[in-house]
Amino acid sequence: MDEHVIHRHNHGIDPVLDAWGWEIPVYLFLGGLVAGLMVIAGMRLLLARPRVRQPMVCWTAGPWIALALLSVGMLALFLDLSHKACVWRLYLTFQVTSPMSWGAWILLAVYPALAANALLHLPVALPALTSRFPVLRRVSDRLLARPRVVLAIALANIVLGVGLGVYTGLLLGTLGARPLWASAVLGPLFLFSGLSTAAALLHAILVLSSPAGERPAFADFLIARLTRWPQATPPAGEETGFAQAPDPARLCSRSPLQPRALRVESEAPELLQADNSFLTVEAALLGTFLLGHTTASAVHRQAADLLLTGPYAAVFWVFVVGLGLLLPLTLQHFELQHRIRHTLAPSLLVLLGGLVLRFVFVQAGQASHWAATALH
Amino acid sequence: MNALSRRRFLKISTASVLGAGVAGRAAGLCSGLRDPLDPRVRTVPTFCDVCFWKCGAIASVRGGRLWKIEGNPDDPLCRGRLCPRGTGGIGAHSDPDRLRTPLIRTHERGEEKWQEISWEEALDYVATRMQKIAAQHGPESMALFAHGIGGTFLKHTFRAFGSPNIAAPSFAQCRGPRETGFELTFGEGVGSPERTDIANTDCLVLIGSHLGENMHNTQVQEFAEAIGRGASIIVVDPRFSVAASKAKHYLPIRPGTDLALLLAWMKVIVDEKLYDADYVAEHGFGFESFAAALQDCTPEWAYPETGIEPELIRATAREMARHKPATLVHPGRHVNWYGDDAQRSRAIALLNGLLGSWGRKGGFYVPASIDVPSYPYPDYPEPKRGRLDNPERKFPFAGEAITTGIREATLSGQPYPIKGWMVYATNLLHALPDQAATLRAIQQLDLLVVVDVVPSEIAGWADVVLPESVYLERFDELNPEYFRQPFLALRQPVVAPPHDQKPNWWIARQLAARLGLGAWFPWQDIEEYLAHRVRAAGLSYEELKEKGVLLGAPQPLYFEDGAPAEFPTPSGKIEFYSTQLERAGFDPVPRYTPPEPGPPAAFRLLFGRAPMHSFSRTHSNRLLSDLMDENCVWVNHRVASRLGLRTGDMVRLRNQDGVLGNRVKVNATRRIRPDCVYLVHGFGHTARGLRHALGKGASDAELITRYTTDPLMGGTGMNVNFVTIETKD
Amino acid sequence: MARYVMAIDTRRCVGCMDCVVACKTENDVPEGFNRDWITETVRGEFPSLGLEIRSERCNHCAHPPCVDCCPTGASHVHERGGVVLVEGDKCIGCKACIAACPYDARYVHPDGHVDKCTFCIHRVEQGLLPACVSVCPTRCMHFGDAEDPHSDVSRLLATRPHHTILPEAGTEPRVHYLT
Repeated sequence: MDEHVIHRHNHGIDPVLDAWGWEIPVYLFLGGLVAGLMVIAGMRLLLARPRVRQPMVCWTAGPWIALALLSVGMLALFLDLSHKACVWRLYLTFQVTSPMSWGAWILLAVYPALAANALLHLPVALPALTSRFPVLRRVSDRLLARPRVVLAIALANIVLGVGLGVYTGLLLGTLGARPLWASAVLGPLFLFSGLSTAAALLHAILVLSSPAGERPAFADFLIARLTRWPQATPPAGEETGFAQAPDPARLCSRSPLQPRALRVESEAPELLQADNSFLTVEAALLGTFLLGHTTASAVHRQAADLLLTGPYAAVFWVFVVGLGLLLPLTLQHFELQHRIRHTLAPSLLVLLGGLVLRFVFVQAGQASHWAATALH
Repeated sequence: MNALSRRRFLKISTASVLGAGVAGRAAGLCSGLRDPLDPRVRTVPTFCDVCFWKCGAIASVRGGRLWKIEGNPDDPLCRGRLCPRGTGGIGAHSDPDRLRTPLIRTHERGEEKWQEISWEEALDYVATRMQKIAAQHGPESMALFAHGIGGTFLKHTFRAFGSPNIAAPSFAQCRGPRETGFELTFGEGVGSPERTDIANTDCLVLIGSHLGENMHNTQVQEFAEAIGRGASIIVVDPRFSVAASKAKHYLPIRPGTDLALLLAWMKVIVDEKLYDADYVAEHGFGFESFAAALQDCTPEWAYPETGIEPELIRATAREMARHKPATLVHPGRHVNWYGDDAQRSRAIALLNGLLGSWGRKGGFYVPASIDVPSYPYPDYPEPKRGRLDNPERKFPFAGEAITTGIREATLSGQPYPIKGWMVYATNLLHALPDQAATLRAIQQLDLLVVVDVVPSEIAGWADVVLPESVYLERFDELNPEYFRQPFLALRQPVVAPPHDQKPNWWIARQLAARLGLGAWFPWQDIEEYLAHRVRAAGLSYEELKEKGVLLGAPQPLYFEDGAPAEFPTPSGKIEFYSTQLERAGFDPVPRYTPPEPGPPAAFRLLFGRAPMHSFSRTHSNRLLSDLMDENCVWVNHRVASRLGLRTGDMVRLRNQDGVLGNRVKVNATRRIRPDCVYLVHGFGHTARGLRHALGKGASDAELITRYTTDPLMGGTGMNVNFVTIETKD
Repeated sequence: MARYVMAIDTRRCVGCMDCVVACKTENDVPEGFNRDWITETVRGEFPSLGLEIRSERCNHCAHPPCVDCCPTGASHVHERGGVVLVEGDKCIGCKACIAACPYDARYVHPDGHVDKCTFCIHRVEQGLLPACVSVCPTRCMHFGDAEDPHSDVSRLLATRPHHTILPEAGTEPRVHYLT
């Protein structure tokens, strides 16, 4: 080994690149989650082509949650910018080689696509809103009555969702200067991670909104803490309005058209099945990614070692692989076989794993370098 | 009584003065010239003061703010390019830690508690105390420590006051042994800037001299040229210095044994008859006795001492001889290492003598300067008592005053008491070895005045601190430099001082007026003085202000071109054998004594320079500290690994006397021998006013509690301290 | 079309950092930041060591990934000499370019925008050399047009062995180190 000394001390650069803190991983996680929600909702729309509204959680709660989470993600992204006053510059240009530019424009298109999907099922999701503003219901009905519009909304959500999900990975994957990120596999990997977290989130909502007796005790506890309800029954009375009902559990539980037991029994296994597929693909992509890195140049192998054996290995193996992939896969497998009850646990693990994946990749990626340099 | 001839350089008259080389710039105002490329910018030529090299510079002011400073292309010293310290010198002007107003001590000395006072009060106080000391003990009891050209006017005031006790650390703590060694051999010293002809050398030998890290501008420029030319470079250093990395031969010598190597080299050159026989025959004195004295000094003898393989000693000796006389064995600059420094420097001089390089192209040229008559002042009063730094000429070959001698006299009161110190622009606590002795001496004083630009450690112990304007804000003494090409340079203000700082000439003049010495300052204003001197030299002051530097006609540089081959030694020749040393009871030909070993498991503490700092005076300059804001202790990487240390770990050094240094980072490196450690000098500041530099890195000065005094000239050999590395706080 | 490059003679360079401080004053680089910097590489075992000292900066790459990833066009290739520049007023501070640079040559200026070496294009356009080149006391730095076969840099690159930093990163750096 040679002895290297760099006489440079730029804040955020030395001794190890620290350009991105918590904001970017949070944004990448939420972006992926929203992408997953869009793809799941879009695929269902595409496959079901519903003529009447159905209280599928991916259509009712999904788009609203996606809009909210996307806004939180955008806020995180904005907070990361160091020259915030110039943020509008993003929308004066399109830079074809810049994933960031692609992302900026995709994000702009994602909002109407999500809004259209939300509008399609608004009377189911927020009946009180549509009864107060009948015009919303009329627009919604008119959209639903046109299969081509529904198809367009489905395709828009799928295409933009895939775009968004892949973009969150490629944002890192195109930064070849950081050997850990230098792989196009990050695109599909982050997309499938987004899909798995989205399925997990939807499943969690279903579990939380299932009838009191069928909920796991932890869900009761969670609901109680979130809503301060003494018991887990929906409140009598007709307080409505979006502003008062931010909790997805309440959103769904109040839908009059939802026979709850049916929902959990039909939609939940589907979501679990989907989630397991997504997790399996995600695991395969992660394996592919690591295989690619460990068999590429020494630089890339060193970068992968940051995850496999280096300073990020504990977090990577425990939180991303163990708790985030393998354990929920196993749990959900048993849930599907009805050997254990549907619980919140696998969903929360998948969500946690997805978040940690983004943190680990952003941090370890910044620590990876083409020059194995002992900084001074 | 001085047995040595004084340095005798060629002075040329103004009849042979040339115009400045580049005539491009338009006639300017005294406020500087407009930049043709940018009307917001005005430029002022001046010369630098971050070190003693005094490079010509052109400062740019943009929109009223000091923007940058660049080398003056007309200046022969810098040739249009400043060193990093010069380029970053503008940071001295904007340094937020600099002294702003006169201060008077309100608590015990060293507590750094002050009251701000006016210049009137401060100068009145200093003058009153000086007069009291003169009344009680005589004016000789006031001593002045001054470094650099800025000290000129204070020295003038002190001489007019009647004190002969004026010294600078640049002699006994720096280049003194070299001057003595060369004067004993050639009758002349090397001077500053050194008369080394690196520009034309074919073989450059550096012994402990780390050019490149030691950023003496002209020398580094010429060094780079020598590298570019493919000159053969031989470097002797316990540390793989930057210069070593440029060398054809690197000799990783055991510290303290350089003289053995030098003797072995000379033995090889003499035995193999590789010396310049004609030159030695023509100019040499006592060659036979010299050769006889080398009898035992074979490379095999030197090997166990130096650790340098005999064959490498032979190969490098032959390499030097192959290129003679264009072989330059560099005399170094800071050479107070082991207490045998004057004799080692003399051995370097002798080696150069053997190679015939003194007065020859590629060796040592003969410098010249423009003759600028001094200002017609009245004669100074004859001091009633002589200098006390070197009583009874204990050190018979000291050519200048010895700082540590004044310190000793202050402590002992012998031969007469010293009751007041004025310290100008030298941080004595970092410059002198044995800080405790300096502090004890300070406690003997009735008055300690420090004139400086930053609140240095020594300023922290002062009774009165006088804030000087930095070089970019003041006129200063002229610089008629002795150099390859004679020239005259002017320092002039570029910007106004930001607070209540004053130039040294003003301080000296005001003080003189209060001391009743107005007759020695007949001029009202510094420009009156400067213009008078420049005109007396037959030159135009206005042209000098506009150009910053006026060139003299080139003079013959080498004996073969007509430079006088004169050797003002007792024999009038190059003294291979020194009868004056013999008479004084010293070795007429240098003789090697092995260095004292250190305690077991301890490392010899070595120190040196970094290119972006000068002494301990630049560490609060934000531009320069941004390049290097702390030092680290270099430890051989295998030693470090044995001690469980890695680069970046914090340790402390403890010296043989139990003194514990400041926390410092480890640099575990292959670039140093395992038996020594290395610090860049000047860090580890403890003065609270140096907020930016406080506590960063470790100070070599506080660990240098011991020193070995050179018996020839009183220099303090400081590389005789040993440290252990403590990993726990 | 001119193509500006640097050729830096590592044999002459002593690592004094004059280039660094000259850049700081010329370009008002804020305290605590470097547009250029010194790197040292030690090879071998004591005492048979080699030391390469390099004055490093933005490499103004022929394939600048920082420009490719910039979402606003703030990072761009200047029409003169292929110099890679950042337009502070267009920069949103997303830092993608910082992550994209294998040389870590960029940083966030305290004013928010990303900042880096400009090859002193403002000086070059006035016929001057970049500040770092013009100040270097060892004259180890050469700047010029690699398309001009008679330029100093072309001559040096044609006659002296040289390398770039991390050529394997594939960016075709234009700061060359003569060895």
